[in-house]
Amino acid sequence: MKPFAYQAPGDVVDAVRSVAEDPAAVYLGGGTNLVDHLKLGIVSPDLLVDVTSLTSAEITDGDGGGLGVGGLSVGAAVRNSDLAADPRVRERFRVLSQALLAGASGQLRNMATTGGNLLQRTRCVYFQNVSTPCNKREPGSGCSALAVPGRPAPTHDGAGWTRNHAILGASEHCVATHPSDMAVGMAVLDARVRVLGPDGERVIPLTELHRLPGDAPERDTVLEHGDLITGVELPPMRGRSAYRKVRDRASYAFALVSVAAVLDVADGVVRDVRVALGGVAHKPWRATRAEEQLRGAAPTPANFRAAIEAELTDARGVDGLDGGNAFKIPLAAATVTAVLRDLAASETGDPR
Amino acid sequence: MTEMLEHQAIGRGPARRDGVRKVTGTAPYAYEHPVENPAFCHPVQSTVGRGRITAIDTSAALALDGVLAVLTPDDAERLANTDDAELAVLQTHEVAFRGQIIGAAVAETSEVARQAADLVAVTYDQAPHDVVLSDSRDDLYRPDAVNGGFPTDSNEGDIEAALAAAEVTVTQTYTTAMYHQNPLEPHTTTARSEDGVLTLWDSTQGVHPVRKAVAKVLGLEPDAVHVVCPYVGGAFGSKGQLKANTVLAAMAARAVPGRSVRLALTRQQMFDVAGYRTPTIQHVTLAANRDGTLTGIAHDVVEQTARIKEFAEQTAVSTRSLYAAPNRRTSHRLAALDVGVPSWMRAPGECPGMFGTEVAMDELAQELGMDPVELRVVNDTEIDPDSGKPFSSRNLVACLREGAQRFGWADRDPAPRSRREGNQLVGTGVASSVYPVYRMPKSTATVRFSGGRYVAEIGAADLGTGTWTSLAQIAADALGADLASVEVRIGDTRYPEASVAGGSSGMTTWGSAVVEAARAFRAKFGADPSDGDEVEAAVQANPATDDYAMFAFGAHFVEARVDADTGEVRVPRMLGVFAAGKIINARLARSQFLGGMTMGLSMALHETSVMDPRFGHVVNHDLAEYHITANADVGEIDVGWLDEHDPHVNAMGSKGIGEIGIVGAAAAVSNAVHHATGVRVRELPITLDKLLG
Repeated sequence: MKPFAYQAPGDVVDAVRSVAEDPAAVYLGGGTNLVDHLKLGIVSPDLLVDVTSLTSAEITDGDGGGLGVGGLSVGAAVRNSDLAADPRVRERFRVLSQALLAGASGQLRNMATTGGNLLQRTRCVYFQNVSTPCNKREPGSGCSALAVPGRPAPTHDGAGWTRNHAILGASEHCVATHPSDMAVGMAVLDARVRVLGPDGERVIPLTELHRLPGDAPERDTVLEHGDLITGVELPPMRGRSAYRKVRDRASYAFALVSVAAVLDVADGVVRDVRVALGGVAHKPWRATRAEEQLRGAAPTPANFRAAIEAELTDARGVDGLDGGNAFKIPLAAATVTAVLRDLAASETGDPR
Repeated sequence: MTEMLEHQAIGRGPARRDGVRKVTGTAPYAYEHPVENPAFCHPVQSTVGRGRITAIDTSAALALDGVLAVLTPDDAERLANTDDAELAVLQTHEVAFRGQIIGAAVAETSEVARQAADLVAVTYDQAPHDVVLSDSRDDLYRPDAVNGGFPTDSNEGDIEAALAAAEVTVTQTYTTAMYHQNPLEPHTTTARSEDGVLTLWDSTQGVHPVRKAVAKVLGLEPDAVHVVCPYVGGAFGSKGQLKANTVLAAMAARAVPGRSVRLALTRQQMFDVAGYRTPTIQHVTLAANRDGTLTGIAHDVVEQTARIKEFAEQTAVSTRSLYAAPNRRTSHRLAALDVGVPSWMRAPGECPGMFGTEVAMDELAQELGMDPVELRVVNDTEIDPDSGKPFSSRNLVACLREGAQRFGWADRDPAPRSRREGNQLVGTGVASSVYPVYRMPKSTATVRFSGGRYVAEIGAADLGTGTWTSLAQIAADALGADLASVEVRIGDTRYPEASVAGGSSGMTTWGSAVVEAARAFRAKFGADPSDGDEVEAAVQANPATDDYAMFAFGAHFVEARVDADTGEVRVPRMLGVFAAGKIINARLARSQFLGGMTMGLSMALHETSVMDPRFGHVVNHDLAEYHITANADVGEIDVGWLDEHDPHVNAMGSKGIGEIGIVGAAAAVSNAVHHATGVRVRELPITLDKLLG
């Protein structure tokens, strides 16, 4: 923990310039993650640039702005609570409202912003403890979740506590997961992220915002220093959607596995399906292989299960304390199957 | 037999007297006690699991603006008594466990203190640490006694012969996790050393025990230590014995004399130095006849302690008294590890121990094809099998019967995995609960008539349990006075000596002292006292303990619903029925029982402190990752009690209720989950991965 300066610039351009020019500057949104990190010493910026009153806190209909009828444009400063409660979000993007309400607590959702939520960092217990090695926090220091050189584990093969860790897309350098529920709900909606950088504005598909860890786990996203998220665009959606979060207690816990799904059935076959998984990777995981396999297929539990099992072919558990996280592979398969099964049943009017 | 009080105020449910102050934020807790210009202290902790500090560089910390002092083993004051290694703070360069306090920064603000503590650079000569509990270790040892002063082992009859001859047996291993008490209010102190007096506003379960222990460690006369604690934001045993944080706060205050110093452990630090419940490995054996009669009970426990200080949880002791059987054995063996010192946590002994015994009873019922309520009824006993004395009162069977009726137990299909509603597997489970009646040997109360009111003073504690209110009810009835005319003063060493709030002994001990003082007051001054009339009297030993064994009993009933796809467990209904003598305050008692049951549910489904053996510390050391049951995990928690009359326990006829609510609760949940799914989870917590597939 060390002293820092606080700045509240007059507009977003000033804010971007302030951060872009100072390598030790960071943006401050709701602060629900950053303030913890300041206390714990995970980050120690010299300057906090408050953007909560600079970016839009409005949710606007997209029909005038090229998004298409039914789309929504969400300002980066929109609080999670407000986004979840917006009647248009609840009606058109049920999956997103459910995802938001599955995250954190009422108090945190009242503070947390749309932009900040996307940029929250992993809750890996080794990342969050400066006394344990972590490649994401300190590149090259090692991954304590996987194995620590010189620190054999007496009870298993050397990994740490991996219950909240990835089964997909991890690397030898990092096995952390992205903790956001909202991002999973947006990933399945093909949302787009508006970014303002020193060189102007650009739009990034949400599924391309977050990275896999590879050999640079210190980089959570493709954003460069100084880039500011100004909003999220939600294109119109067809079909039914749902978010289901499976966790170790019924509220206020990060996902072991979460599933966001959109299902559109016509003439007895799947016309469109989109599935994203949370809690399983360094980013919201779009199950594109499963989606492809299901398009045009009959919406049956057997087909759903076969598709997600195909998606999970490359999934790998990590042995570790308390049994590791391999259980998340069958859990992910079961949860996706159940969510699609229930969506299909609701399509056909079956009460379940 | 003590003459019983006529119950007037006792048994009613007056609201807590400190309630308005608490909900309006005007009740000062230890860290908030108003003082002039406070300084702040932040501990430095070891980052190795074992070793020796070879150098400490404090220059960067001392160079910060606002730093008043940096304390290290190099130059901290030498303590007068270092017999208790947990309290010998900064007296050695040896590191005994990871997270041990090895220094502290004192500064003008809490932020600077924390920054300075971060800047203290420590180098170590690191040694390998050993933190893994296992029942196959070759260095397990037999402690001389277990917590509470109970014999380590017991052996009666021949359990092996009983096992060989039995028609039905159960032999299983059950494990409970490491648990941290996690009161909402962390361990906090405001300390000031001035004019030869050390004043500690400390969050504690007993101001007098803190005074005694601090005086000993610092080499002060007890009169030179003044401890104040009117309110506590939860403790659950973790503030029952002096811990290193309070000693450190006192040392910090003595380093800046005349200045008040505040120290609050962070949530993460509480996982290192504030105590915890040992994990347990329990081998339970039951031998029974076909009719369910137990012929043998064995409960052999392996658990851990710290290498620097022994704490031996009495995990198997309650098994000695719960059910009758001619052949009985219990034992406790310890592994001494490079870990922080375990300590009391709500119902030490009974809580983990009854998980093993009461799940084993469920397994036996299943083996026998017998209703688990009936199995417990069959093995009820009027004589305590351990002491051979009759129980002063024992209404376990009545609790089971009343609970079964209230819960709707009769409709239950005993077959596991027999009930499915939609996508949920539904089951119900039962378990017994037991907790001893303890009376501490020492506590004194003063009763005074002042300004037309009666004032009772005793240095007792209110952990949020309601002592401010319930002691007033007792005093009112003992004086034959209106409750409104009685004022109680507690939580300060200015008041007479009182025992620790532990072992659910508070009402029995302090209440008896208040009754003694009130009766002496009436005997001396009659019904019409003069202003300033005052009497002091102490709790007496209870001669009835020579003739009776004294316990409270209870029964838990739980409905569990398990998602057939994901294994997620939810508990829509939980019922506890207790027989705990006269309930002094119905409103506060309900809250105590409910809190204990909730903590038991939490133990069953969620709580586990994950020790990483590579580093030697608990990695999930915050409330985001150390999961405590949330409202959404449970539906209705129903609490009931019997109107139990016990003339032997004390003048109120009351038994302690702070702990019995947790005892057996986790077993009832596990038994319900088994009934729902057919999966028997013997290792807590019952997480969904254990039920998948």
